[in-house]
Amino acid sequence: MNEIDRSRRDLIEEFRRTPIGRHSPDLRLLLNRLRTGQGDAPYLLVCTVPHREWRLARKTPRRMSPVTLIPGQVFSSPEEAEWAVFKLLWQERTGEVLS
Amino acid sequence: MTDALPKKRMLGYADEISRAPGEKIRFMVSCDGVESYDAAIVRLISGDRHPESFGFIEEPVATLLQGRYRGRHQPLHAGSYAVIDDWDGFALESFTLQAMIWPTRPGQGRQVVLGRFSAGERRGYALILDEDGAVALEIGGGTRTVRVASGVTLHSRRWAFVGASFDARSGIARLYQEPLEILADSGPVAREAQLDARPARNGVPFLIAADTAAMPGGKLVAGHHFDGKIDAPRVAGAALDRAAMQALIRPAAGFPASVVGAWDFSRDIMTDRIRDISPNRRHGRIVNLPTRAMKGHNWTGEELDWTKAPDHYGAIHFHADDMYDAGWEPDFDLLVPETMRSGVYAAKLTAPDGEAEYIPFFVRPRRGSVMAEAVVLMPTASYLAYANERAGLEGGGYLHAFSNHLTALGANDLWLNDHPEIGSSLYDRHSDGSGVAYSSRLRPILNFRPGVTNSWIGPAGTAPWQFNADLALIAWLEAKGIAYDVITDEDLHEEGLSLLARYRAVMTGSHPEYYSKEMYDGLAAYLERGGRLMYLGGNGFYWRVAYHRTLPGAMELRRAEDGIRDWVAEGGEYYHSFTGEYGGMWSRMGRPIHALAGIGMISQGFDISSYYRRKPAASDPRAAFVFEGIEGDIIGDFGTVGGGAAGIELDRYDPAQGSPAHALVLASSENHTDSYYPSPEEVNNVTSMMDARQNANLRADMVFFETPQGGAVFSTGSISWLGSLAHRRGDNPVSRITENVLRRFIDPAPFLIPGHENC
Repeated sequence: MNEIDRSRRDLIEEFRRTPIGRHSPDLRLLLNRLRTGQGDAPYLLVCTVPHREWRLARKTPRRMSPVTLIPGQVFSSPEEAEWAVFKLLWQERTGEVLS
Repeated sequence: MTDALPKKRMLGYADEISRAPGEKIRFMVSCDGVESYDAAIVRLISGDRHPESFGFIEEPVATLLQGRYRGRHQPLHAGSYAVIDDWDGFALESFTLQAMIWPTRPGQGRQVVLGRFSAGERRGYALILDEDGAVALEIGGGTRTVRVASGVTLHSRRWAFVGASFDARSGIARLYQEPLEILADSGPVAREAQLDARPARNGVPFLIAADTAAMPGGKLVAGHHFDGKIDAPRVAGAALDRAAMQALIRPAAGFPASVVGAWDFSRDIMTDRIRDISPNRRHGRIVNLPTRAMKGHNWTGEELDWTKAPDHYGAIHFHADDMYDAGWEPDFDLLVPETMRSGVYAAKLTAPDGEAEYIPFFVRPRRGSVMAEAVVLMPTASYLAYANERAGLEGGGYLHAFSNHLTALGANDLWLNDHPEIGSSLYDRHSDGSGVAYSSRLRPILNFRPGVTNSWIGPAGTAPWQFNADLALIAWLEAKGIAYDVITDEDLHEEGLSLLARYRAVMTGSHPEYYSKEMYDGLAAYLERGGRLMYLGGNGFYWRVAYHRTLPGAMELRRAEDGIRDWVAEGGEYYHSFTGEYGGMWSRMGRPIHALAGIGMISQGFDISSYYRRKPAASDPRAAFVFEGIEGDIIGDFGTVGGGAAGIELDRYDPAQGSPAHALVLASSENHTDSYYPSPEEVNNVTSMMDARQNANLRADMVFFETPQGGAVFSTGSISWLGSLAHRRGDNPVSRITENVLRRFIDPAPFLIPGHENC
């Protein structure tokens, strides 16, 4: 139901090229599985400079749960952040580190 | 770069949202760690910091309030309850307390059903749900509290009779907990105990759904709020037996002499009063707007309209996180100067380190006058609906998939995360899981601010939303040098047609989704009498709402029947408590949006926006003015809201739903992503071809049509339209089309409906 097909390198490349926007149906399925299959504290961003700087954080959906910054993960565009989170989710689900 | 989370240390609100010259606005401020701040009034021009926008623009306005003020903390006390202001009758020694209850968070801390109890002093008496969710009687003797409990946890969302009596002479307490439904693991429970304490006198009032935490300066601070419904609360000044308790619920032959109070919540539902139907007439009032017109313990399902059978709607649903009026002390006020032109303004607070907070408000023209031919109708009802929305904080991985991009929190979001006591939006749920049906502006609204983007709309939360998105129209009008007045939904609600009738053209904001009957009828009447409407947004005129008739700034929504619903009103609870009006979608109430605006809601998606393609009807001589000077067929493949003029929420032309047959579809959007799906009311069956990649119906249609008496409507059907106005400093097709239409709409030359030229 929620498997990740590690052999689909084409989907990794498709997402690397277009982290935000129009995606193929198979990539959409992969993204939905990665994103909804996160653990207790999914990833999100904290915007530190509007339209210029974002930092990676985690937070459970529970009311008043803390927002925890992840050190060293700073992005200068939404696309850069999406790709970084994709790599983290891929690694969490498959064990493989994407470059 | 910093390792610390962004902090917000100042916030405030105003007691009014729209004022005319000569009228007064009070501002309330709370600071944490800011000893002093500079306050000033600014005129807000633009709030979008996106590189493609006009940038953040404000203009100082010299007023008498300008100066330095001392920062102070003002608390937020969330949680609703009822208070009886007649204190004398509740100094009881022997007594009976009882109610029908429908708890929603049993076992989530001590919750008071009713009583007169000073928690800090441990003085008084109260019927409570204890920490285990079991009913208990507490007697506070002054030095300690004694308790007798049923020992059986109540079921959540099931009605039960709960009651207790106490005889001061013998010290005997009797406790009853009786579910109205027979459930597998909880039958009726009765307990008897001898208590070695007597209720100590205290200086606090009798409360329902809370006790008194403190009375600083005589101001009541409630605590230990009850989550759930309470129906038929009763108090007697004697220890009644169980049969006598039963007789108190619905006395066939009047109340016994011992009765102290018997409140019927089915009376006065549209008010903030609760009525004591006993001869004592110890009426009370509700605080922080618990939800009224709720199904009571005796609701049968035979009648779904509370106005037809109010005695079936004798329940009030109290929530520990209800918030109507923060009740802060004013810090400064503004007498709107006679010279202040109509527009969007804010009280700007600046801390010594540069941190700024804005408290927006609107200045309308002097009453009875106009200063321009066009007016911007700021959709303040929709600002209230979205006030302090929490989806970005509590959406988790589902939201990442749903929006197709990461959520990004700013300082305001982080403050909101830490402070749910500020109250939620009509998109949220209370902490007990029930939907938030009321919103209020008598509290800080952190997403009603210039410069604030929505954390989960647009890639990495970059899209301005509601108020900040609507400032793009203000910025564009200023850049173009076009005169405009500003009015609000609340003004329209109060004054209706007479307010709009003064203007040649009315412009909406980006998402005027919520309309009261008075607002809707005022706008419709305006169009029937030659008015011109520029609907410059998407998903407008969708939900019916009701403003409270006596409590300022309070608005109600029942998410009934259909439509995009982040929570769903329970069956039998579709009628507004504020007015008795049926709630839900306007399209189901004989007021088809398509007939009003030419188009109606069809789809939503929250990642990237798209563009429009010109249609053949754009060449029709009737609409030649719209496309004057426009070259090419693609319109709006740019913008600050998802990168296009067509996006977020889209409206489509549909004659089957009332779109006028003579309306011209000038352009339609295309190429939306697979995040765009039809709105639920458009789905009668599911298929594997619903998303916008496969479903050509999911598009924004730009339409124009003429209305009676020389009027006309121009609609864009997209929330992101306004975000494209500023591209190339306003030198772009979206800007040109908007300007073409506005200049023609303020031209008095009448429009003629085709075939009616000789009428």
